[in-house]
Amino acid sequence: MQENFRKQITSLGRLLMVFGLLLVTVFMGIFYLKNNPDALKSSEVYEVLPADESEMVLLDAQTIAQSGFINDEGVSGVIQNCTQCHSAKLVTQNRMSKEGWEATITWMQETQNLWDLGANHGKIVAYLAKNYGPERKGRRQNLTNEDWYELE
Amino acid sequence: MQGMDRRDFSKSLTMAGIASAIGAPVVFAGTIPKNYVPLALQDPDPFSLFAKDREMTVLNDRPWNIEAKAHLLNDAVTPNRYMFIRNNGILPKQIDADNWTLTIDGEAVERKKVYSLAELKTKFPQHTYQLTLECGGNGRSEFDPPAKGNQWTVGAVSCANWTGIRLRDLLQDVGIKPEAVYIGYHAADTHLSGDPKKEPISRGVPISKAMQEETLLAFQMNGKDIPLAHGYPLRLVCGGWPASASGKWIQRISIRNQVHDGAKMGGASYRVPCESVAPGSEVTDQNMCIIESMPVKSLITFPKSGALLKKGKSLVINGHAWAGELEVSQVHYSIDFGSTWHGCTLEKPVNRLAWQHFRAQVSFPKKGYYEIWAKATDSAGKSQPMVLPGWNPKGYLNNACHRIALKVV
Repeated sequence: MQENFRKQITSLGRLLMVFGLLLVTVFMGIFYLKNNPDALKSSEVYEVLPADESEMVLLDAQTIAQSGFINDEGVSGVIQNCTQCHSAKLVTQNRMSKEGWEATITWMQETQNLWDLGANHGKIVAYLAKNYGPERKGRRQNLTNEDWYELE
Repeated sequence: MQGMDRRDFSKSLTMAGIASAIGAPVVFAGTIPKNYVPLALQDPDPFSLFAKDREMTVLNDRPWNIEAKAHLLNDAVTPNRYMFIRNNGILPKQIDADNWTLTIDGEAVERKKVYSLAELKTKFPQHTYQLTLECGGNGRSEFDPPAKGNQWTVGAVSCANWTGIRLRDLLQDVGIKPEAVYIGYHAADTHLSGDPKKEPISRGVPISKAMQEETLLAFQMNGKDIPLAHGYPLRLVCGGWPASASGKWIQRISIRNQVHDGAKMGGASYRVPCESVAPGSEVTDQNMCIIESMPVKSLITFPKSGALLKKGKSLVINGHAWAGELEVSQVHYSIDFGSTWHGCTLEKPVNRLAWQHFRAQVSFPKKGYYEIWAKATDSAGKSQPMVLPGWNPKGYLNNACHRIALKVV
């Protein structure tokens, strides 16, 4: 009985020791990270493209399809620059001329912290104006998309 | 989502971790603002997140913007599940209502004062009003040339019961100087870019509107705590004005000696040309005026558009009409594309700034395709136009007649 108790105390002591060592390691780790905040970032994933890089990373068809954007020339640059702060929906529900998209980008750069788009600027504007250009709606459109149903 | 602290969350995730969660490398990871949780990791189901009906339309998921459809707004008092959500920024996280305070400051306040939420609830008498809140951009999708922003159709309007204290009681308690002309709100939401120095929106109203008896600092919507997306724990409610004047998550109100100059008070935001312009015109900032009262408008909420009706059967249509600061005096309907108009029965509002209910029994002379149009007239004699009203750069104030389609078979 007493023997048993002693064994338990010893194993408890070992457990505490292991726990203590673990704690020290964790604290050392935290201290290291605090002084080297970039230590955990993987360079392969964390690569930042310079703003003046003319070639955007080309995204695969599935990523483009999932983005909600029309797959056309320039789409990779649009996805990578235009969906960091807001969703694609804010872009794709709008229709603007080249001048309109240009003005919107300028407004975002002046007031909403959008960065310089560098060499991609022209491609992005061209993509948006081509795929999300204005449609003539006139002063009132026809009613559409009716799911006809029987009214009792 | 309410329990998830975005800051801790992003601290605990390395970019590699995010990349593996999304299943793709994060291009431009270095330019992602601090504390930003990538879209792919946000709750994908807004309907359960905000307790909204699944027939609601999501226009935007960052920031969240969700609208109703006309037939979903049939209730006399709009329940949360059919109430549109409009956000300029990111919803605040981890709201601590127990320690929530409201600061009153500004050039035209006698002396700055801080109130706890509990103090606001106990120190001042509480009032409940049913108040119409319509987004200034409701109907934007119809403008030509198209206007920039969320493409609202007809569903960015609601009329819920709001309970709180009168802003004027609070302002009288604080004491405001004679030079006070405007109030401006400051709130707990955060800017899309993640920049903590930027406010997503900080609008306000003239002192005259702030002093109206229906202008509330509300803590309840439809008898319960205000849902997070609608401003919990404290919301300014200025019925009849663009809903952006009714700031959510209010932490501070500034009493200004000039027109408030916060975010979305200038430029083309919530402003229209002071003098009407041709569609597509460029308008300079000096020629833009702040929208105050919303215009007269109505919605047919029953039946849902697209009904097939047996010949010989008559139909009772109903809906709501509202007119900003004014009352609606008449509602008419037409089944012949506006050639002839017939009166609807119209109820009085339950209080000022609440929408009014109309109904009419409609019969159809023969088989065929019909559109039912509704047209409300306000107490100043102004009616809704049948085509789009005056074009403006941001597509505000579209109060063209609501139309539903119907076939008699």
